[in-house]
Amino acid sequence: MSLTKTITIEPVTRIEGHAKITIHLDDKGSVSDARFHVNEFRGFEKFCEGRLMWEMPGITSRICGICPASHLVTSAKAGDDILAIGIPETAEKLRRMLTLGQWTQSHALSFFHLSSPDFLLGFDSEPAKRNIFGLMDGHKDFIRRGIRLRKFGQEIIETLGGRRIHTPWAVAGGVREPLGVKERDHLLTWIPEAKETTFLALDTLKKIHEKFAQDIPNYGNFRSLYVGLVGEDGRLEYYGGKLRVRDGNGNTIADQLEPREYQKYFGEHSETWSYLKFPYYKPLSYKKGMYRVGPLARLNVCDYIETPLAEAERKVFNGLTGNLDVMNNSFYYHYARLIEILFAVEKIEMLLNDPVILSEDIRSKAMINRREGVGVCEAPRGVLFHHYHVDDDGVIQKVNMLIATAQNNLAMNRTIRQLAMQYLDGATITEGLLNRIEAGIRCYDPCLSCSTHAIGQMPLLVQLVDAGNKVVAERRRR
Amino acid sequence: MAILTLTINGEQVSGKDDESLLQIARQHDIHIPTLCHLDGLSDVGACRLCLVEIEGQSKLFPACTTKPQEGMVVHTDTERLKRHRRTIVELLASEGNHQCAVCVVNNHCELQDLAYEVGLQYVRFPYLYPKKELDATHKSFVLDRNRCVLCTRCVRVCHEVEGAHTWDIAGRGIDCTIIADMNQPWGTSPSCTSCGKCVRVCPTGALFEKGQTVAEMEKQRDFLKYIVTARTKREWVAEATEE
Repeated sequence: MSLTKTITIEPVTRIEGHAKITIHLDDKGSVSDARFHVNEFRGFEKFCEGRLMWEMPGITSRICGICPASHLVTSAKAGDDILAIGIPETAEKLRRMLTLGQWTQSHALSFFHLSSPDFLLGFDSEPAKRNIFGLMDGHKDFIRRGIRLRKFGQEIIETLGGRRIHTPWAVAGGVREPLGVKERDHLLTWIPEAKETTFLALDTLKKIHEKFAQDIPNYGNFRSLYVGLVGEDGRLEYYGGKLRVRDGNGNTIADQLEPREYQKYFGEHSETWSYLKFPYYKPLSYKKGMYRVGPLARLNVCDYIETPLAEAERKVFNGLTGNLDVMNNSFYYHYARLIEILFAVEKIEMLLNDPVILSEDIRSKAMINRREGVGVCEAPRGVLFHHYHVDDDGVIQKVNMLIATAQNNLAMNRTIRQLAMQYLDGATITEGLLNRIEAGIRCYDPCLSCSTHAIGQMPLLVQLVDAGNKVVAERRRR
Repeated sequence: MAILTLTINGEQVSGKDDESLLQIARQHDIHIPTLCHLDGLSDVGACRLCLVEIEGQSKLFPACTTKPQEGMVVHTDTERLKRHRRTIVELLASEGNHQCAVCVVNNHCELQDLAYEVGLQYVRFPYLYPKKELDATHKSFVLDRNRCVLCTRCVRVCHEVEGAHTWDIAGRGIDCTIIADMNQPWGTSPSCTSCGKCVRVCPTGALFEKGQTVAEMEKQRDFLKYIVTARTKREWVAEATEE
């Protein structure tokens, strides 16, 4: 009872940092469950109360050092909703470009910096070398290109927002600074290299798919729902659009859902053993409403991608799904992520070549016209919601944020269970199991890993718990 | 009016007997940090940052409200003063809720500048995290008491320059707070003329324009000299000509 009580009195929180995993065994010693525990508490939703709506983009972008631009844009959109105004065309296009710059840098970080050591050096290679520095030995050019691709994404953010991390540039009503001709021309010079690097990464990943063909089916291979933004015509969306839900067989079970009504469709379940909530699709039950968000989900829910190179690659991706219309294997998050980088680079090029991008009409001003506002955006890790209630003066009364990583929580737990069932041998936790669990979690590129394992290792505690709830084995990595 | 001769930091200087030590020091390009002082407003000696040492006196004196005396020997930059100033800024930091990273005046803040000047890298005192109110009821401006350092510039400019006397201080000690009229929401104040002078003179992000976002608010304070010169000298220029 006491644990339940603790959870219910806590304000809703965001998390980053450390992870604990427990693997539960039944009487026969077989895996009955596995849990991914998040033990950190931050309290953003609570301490934003009493602040002004206009400050929220600047405050909430501080939630994350990897994807601050996504929080910034989502918060600014919630602000637009409260002001009840349309923003200038240029402002929207600039915000779109910022979002894609964020995708590029975050996806490049996930693939090159965090995941490629597993892929190129092998899951069972020496942990001390299985990181980006270890790759510098034999894969120097590959990793250098990856670092530069990430730099391209960061340069977009820096060029638009004045700084790479935590720019306050997007605001309710638009953006603060326009894009100059010189800066536009400079960003355009990056495009050929960015495309080349993305293709190189795609080629590398395809070889990895062959190399790990035996392992891949165990990395979160199960049917679930998928949620993402799509345009009116079903195109891949990342800034605007409405929500689509598809099931694990590829059937669209809900389409063009209003982001503003997200609470009607998505519930947040709490478990006593983790601070990270378990969002689910409400029209189904908590148990059946597990859904995935992020690159894999976005490619699963969209009908097409508007840029030619990424669309061609999406068709190849779709060809891997067998007789289903959706890809149910979380290992293919990596593939989807690279396709999204390709899309981002192509789309950034289109936006930069659009003359309207240079307009200085970038900010609409208004006072409080609505007491409630919802902002939505596709962050690198999935759909992100910011929901604010304000008083007549714009002072925040209540905040709810639904973060991408949390929405993958149920699926991450399921993935760990699947990996434990496959790789747990007896009652000892081997290095191989630990590595595969790490890699399984990393498919989702959760913020925990981004923020804590910069050189390829995550502080991880894995416990084996028997049927009597006794810890029978434990292995810790810092 | 008499001209007096005194020594500041070993330098022989002269000043009028009705000027403050701060004025005389500044005329001779001797820097003394200040926070509550603003050219064009009366001085109250509230912040204690301009404290100076006077030889022959054991206590410290605020330069903004201390008049010169013939032969006075003043020191403005001793180790003792540096220690005091750093402590004052530390206390200000720990008493309020100053979150520079998400503040409207980040990079344009006098308190932040002072923190840099005194070399504040950490605060030795526990942060109090007081629960303070934000008043956003005015149609154009916001008062965020979390960032107020009680310098009273707003109170003085409203009283002395605008003549409205909307602002005042209520409470005692650490409970002191800026209030509008009879301690009512700013938006309901009958005396406020919405002139915005208080916003411009505020050294921190405690007073700002509604709609401003992080690090966006820059305050132009030169208007004050212009108004005061116009009023006292009948000259519509920023700097009055020397008499």
